[in-house]
Amino acid sequence: MSIVLEIKGVNKTFGGLKALTDVNLKIEEGKTHAIIGPNGAGKSTLLNCCIGKLIPDSGSVTFNGQDMIGKQPYEINHAGMVRVFQTPEIFPELSLLENVVIPALAKRDGIFKFNPFKMLSNETEIHDQAMRALADVGLDKFHQKNAGSISRGDKRRLELAMGLIQNPTLLLLDEPTAGMARHDTNQTIDLLKKIKDRGMTKIIIEHDMHVVFSLADHISVLAQGCIIASGTPDEIRNNPKVKEAYLGETEDE
Amino acid sequence: MIKSILEKFSLEKNSSVMLVFAAVVLSAPIWLTPFGANYPDLLQKFAIFGIFAIGFNILFGLTGYLSFGHAVFLGVGSYTAVWVFKLFTMNVLPAVMLSVAIAAVFALLIGYISLRRSGIYFSILTLALAQMSYNLAYSVLTPITSGETGLQLSSEDPRYIDSLLGAGVQEGLPATNFFGMSMSGYSGFYFCAIFLILAFYISLKIFRSPYGLKLIAIKSNQKRMLYTGFNTRPYLLSAFVISGMFAGLAGGLMAATDPLAGAERMQWTASGEVVLMTILGGSGTLIGPLLGVGVIKYFENIFSALNETSLREIFNFLPDVVADFLVSITHVFVGEGWHLTLGILFMLVVIFLPGGIMQGVGIFTRYYKKKMTELKSERSVEKGKSQ
Repeated sequence: MSIVLEIKGVNKTFGGLKALTDVNLKIEEGKTHAIIGPNGAGKSTLLNCCIGKLIPDSGSVTFNGQDMIGKQPYEINHAGMVRVFQTPEIFPELSLLENVVIPALAKRDGIFKFNPFKMLSNETEIHDQAMRALADVGLDKFHQKNAGSISRGDKRRLELAMGLIQNPTLLLLDEPTAGMARHDTNQTIDLLKKIKDRGMTKIIIEHDMHVVFSLADHISVLAQGCIIASGTPDEIRNNPKVKEAYLGETEDE
Repeated sequence: MIKSILEKFSLEKNSSVMLVFAAVVLSAPIWLTPFGANYPDLLQKFAIFGIFAIGFNILFGLTGYLSFGHAVFLGVGSYTAVWVFKLFTMNVLPAVMLSVAIAAVFALLIGYISLRRSGIYFSILTLALAQMSYNLAYSVLTPITSGETGLQLSSEDPRYIDSLLGAGVQEGLPATNFFGMSMSGYSGFYFCAIFLILAFYISLKIFRSPYGLKLIAIKSNQKRMLYTGFNTRPYLLSAFVISGMFAGLAGGLMAATDPLAGAERMQWTASGEVVLMTILGGSGTLIGPLLGVGVIKYFENIFSALNETSLREIFNFLPDVVADFLVSITHVFVGEGWHLTLGILFMLVVIFLPGGIMQGVGIFTRYYKKKMTELKSERSVEKGKSQ
């Protein structure tokens, strides 16, 4: 198995606070890698260091052999790493279809293309592609609706479709089921399992253990900015350190 | 025959939209007659400010970046055109073309600097740069702009191309022309109208292109665009330059119909006017800015010309007491007071129709369609009963 993303010795401090201490991670191709940990463990910070939102104080982030540190978000996107946000980042004034058409155009047109004399209505290929992506997440029936008017669960699914249409090498999912009802959560799990069959590599950051254990091939546990354990779901379940830092607390509740 | 033509007709098609638009613009001298607004001077203003507003709308309506200094490009366009008249030829075509080109250069410079910031900071930067340009034109750059007096034609101008072609020395100042066609009166209006139709066509194409969709998406969620794989800076800069070129064209046409250019054309009030027009009509819509131009220019030219005597004529069918009363109230709102009426109108529109006049039109057409379908279903029910 080849390594898609390699994080080596990453450190990040905010003022006096050590958010990440010497984090090392290797993400294998085609695997679903979950990063779990209690609140404030540095999961989102780690993700932000990968996608160019934050620059780590030291260490390296290598994606497909390319150094990602200091790259612009759009460059990282075109390298093949796509992020789905925790709070849905969509285009609320546009229709669902347009929301998915835009990332499809990004994939085709690159970071900038000046084509004011093309007709959008003639882009049948992009249109069909977008409708398929909406069908994948079960939103194709509402493609003309305004994205701002749909439910939170649907918005998250829409954002997933926006990520999937770009067919990324690596998909970063930041708590894909946070704030969802159980029914919606199960739907999302099924959907993510379906993507897994396509061989897309994924990193999932998640609180919900049900989601983590039903999807992940490999789990890394982050606590107070350090990776305290890394292994298969079974290994993590039986690791005493993890039980103490994280799972133990949830069992007590 | 007519039915099949009507069936093919759809506003989704660019050709249908352009056909209707061209017909409406070219017939303006006829259908504006009942409003008393069919004289060439005002018609030219409608067309020229229409181009200005259409261009402004490409930046503000699509990307949401509110420029408060767009009049700079208007001024630059005018100065350029007058210099071309002075140096080369009185034919307006080269003047207009060069106005657009020079305005593009200025837009590139100002846009490059201002677009480093967004939101209110962008607006302030454009405003500051515009006021700077205005003050430069007014003072330091007097050799180029003639400062206070404004740039005018003079009989000593070289006009190299014209003299080369042997136009000969004329009595008094020569007039602008388009291959011999005069630029005053109705021919001047039609010249501007052709450019208005062209400008509208470009705007229509942009609105319906993938490029236009990306600009709207920047307005909707710029952060999302960055993470979706777009570098938003060149998109914004290109939109800024296009809208600056439209303003340059408007400025060039202004000088073509009346060959002088003054610094006051660049002042912030002129920039504010186009913002008002666009918001009043409905920013982000194709037609809205033109409606805004129509309303504001109509008020400025027709409403301001009304006075007590003309009001008395309007109300003279009423009993004297009532007429006196009405005149005493209404005369505050016309003549010198037209700004008051416009201000009230603007406030009402912004409060009740934040999407401008076009939002009102939208509400009305939806209501009308609903009524029509209700009427149809009622009729079919009645038919069913009678059978």
